Amino acid sequence: MLQFAVKRFGSALLVMFAISVLVFLIFFATPGVDPAARIAGRNADPATLAQVRHSFGLDRPLPVRYLLMMRHLLIDRDLESFVNRGSRVIPQIVQATPVTLSLVIGAALIWMTAGLLMGTAAATLRGKAADPLIMLVGVVGVSLPAYWLGEVVNLITQKQLHDSVFSWVPPPGYVGLAKDPGQWALHLLFPWLTLALLYAGIYARLLRGEVISALSEDYVRTARAKGLSERRILLRHALRCSLIPVVSLFGLDFGALVGGAALLTEVVFGLPGIGKLTYDALQNLDLPVIMGTVLYAAFFVVLANALVDILYARLDPRARHA
Amino acid sequence: MGQVTDTLPRSREARRSPGPWRTAAGDLLRNRAALAAAVVLLVVVVASLCAPLYAAHIAHTDPFQSHVSGTTVVDGKTVPVLTPSSTGLGLGVTPIGPTWDPAHYFLGADNQGRDVMARLLYGGRTSLFIGFTAALISCALGTVVGVVAGYAGGAVDAVISRVLDVIWAFPVYLLAICLSVVLLTNGLRLGPLTVDAGSLWLPVAIIAAIYVPYIARPLRGQVLVLRNKEFIQAAIGSGAPVPRILRREVLPNVLPTALVFVPLMTALAMLTESALSFLSVGVQPPDASWGTIIEDGLGLLYTRPTVTIAPGLLIALTTAALNVLGDGVRDALDPGARLRGGV
Repeated sequence: MLQFAVKRFGSALLVMFAISVLVFLIFFATPGVDPAARIAGRNADPATLAQVRHSFGLDRPLPVRYLLMMRHLLIDRDLESFVNRGSRVIPQIVQATPVTLSLVIGAALIWMTAGLLMGTAAATLRGKAADPLIMLVGVVGVSLPAYWLGEVVNLITQKQLHDSVFSWVPPPGYVGLAKDPGQWALHLLFPWLTLALLYAGIYARLLRGEVISALSEDYVRTARAKGLSERRILLRHALRCSLIPVVSLFGLDFGALVGGAALLTEVVFGLPGIGKLTYDALQNLDLPVIMGTVLYAAFFVVLANALVDILYARLDPRARHA
Repeated sequence: MGQVTDTLPRSREARRSPGPWRTAAGDLLRNRAALAAAVVLLVVVVASLCAPLYAAHIAHTDPFQSHVSGTTVVDGKTVPVLTPSSTGLGLGVTPIGPTWDPAHYFLGADNQGRDVMARLLYGGRTSLFIGFTAALISCALGTVVGVVAGYAGGAVDAVISRVLDVIWAFPVYLLAICLSVVLLTNGLRLGPLTVDAGSLWLPVAIIAAIYVPYIARPLRGQVLVLRNKEFIQAAIGSGAPVPRILRREVLPNVLPTALVFVPLMTALAMLTESALSFLSVGVQPPDASWGTIIEDGLGLLYTRPTVTIAPGLLIALTTAALNVLGDGVRDALDPGARLRGGV
């Protein structure tokens, strides 16, 4: 088991290294793309371009540039932005992380609760009217564009019904948890609900399928033969096994969201999180910031992947040799 | 086995099996939700294809030209399409709202005085084109990659699987945005293949590439299992060449799964396209897609919300129909097939 965990973390490190090389190559080695021209502005003359190239170290060979950037990012921790000279990358990421964590943790609590309730209800009510209705909510959830839903929520809470029902909704933005917990929750309430709606349906559908197939397993028949109540069979036997795939999916989604997949929600609701930071950096081709945020994102996703695999191996010894 | 067939009614025994494809088609035709979804899709596709007809013969407008000083007729009176807004910073304009008259700005105008309804239909062409082609390319590429990795095994499989792992570990939107930002400045040059920066094929290529692992991973798993089946061993033993085994024995067995993924991937690709376009790194002007129209409507969200709401509703309707249809195809062809996320 320990050996498996060590191996899994080793390959996770390799994947992160590969991702950093990939991002570096996308921005520095794509034919025809010149980061110096982007930094120097639209109509820079050749002398300015050469100067920019030299002052940003863009005239050195690729591998040297890669190693220098990684050294500044990981060892010296003083990598600076290309666009806002003097502003360091790591403090920016450290500052944005709590915003993204607040958004994702709150939304995750809501969507897991809603998904578990809806999925279990749909599985127990199979064949009744409530089942297709719950699943319809699920389809709608996966089909809505995240940013559009956010805009519509903004429209309703900030404009259409702002004078009546939603007068208590603050303007889009973020207030730190330590500063004012009440305002923090109030500012995040609608971003939480919006993000949660997109995920609750997926989890409800997944859980419904798992519970239904678990209910036809032999161990459920045995439990019935023992004379256990249906409620106990559902909660203690069927649901428990059905949760394994749900938890593993959750690990992956959570990792991706903390890593910046909540970008659209952050942009729409004006939350200065990791996704927003990455997006702004991408618009300016601010490579050091992009490198920092993408590596940070990859760290969470790869970590989540590795943890899920190890959890699986712990629960199911057959997975250790796959 | 023999005993089981003996107990079947004679008529059943005598009739030839209709084959897996026809059985699946029958299942699909009996699925009412899937049929309804197919009808919705058909309506959206046909309406989008009729965009030039609508623009030329009903609305009499060119949805790609701005009409800043244009006028139109509402209730018999001539009114300007754009009026300078009295509130705010004084720089903005308020376009005409929905008139519900197909000949005169049915859904109103955007901030350049362009007919929103006509743009929606043209945008539908773009969005559907990108979604469908990207999904097809992604499924085809993913099938090839998955089959090769699964069948070859060894070093080939190890290399392909690690590459897929790397793409997989990247949040898809981040990867797509990274690629778009770089490629939008210069276009794509891959050997003889050149794609202009403003071309619709650029988002198609990017979206197709990022979703390849979604298809390749499950198919690789299937091929790994298939490889040890007796009929493959028999084919190898009888000396059949590898391309022939892949084409005649392996491919027909994984094709249903690949097909199941097409509608689901189309929905995913359309959502991705619209998100990229909304962030202005997808479809580039003068082309319109549902995502770019939503972006155009952002500045007008509080004055003319229709410009934002209408394209979003169309995206939701189309992707929901694709998802329901996809579920139907899955139930008919391969109930066990799962994209990432188990749905």
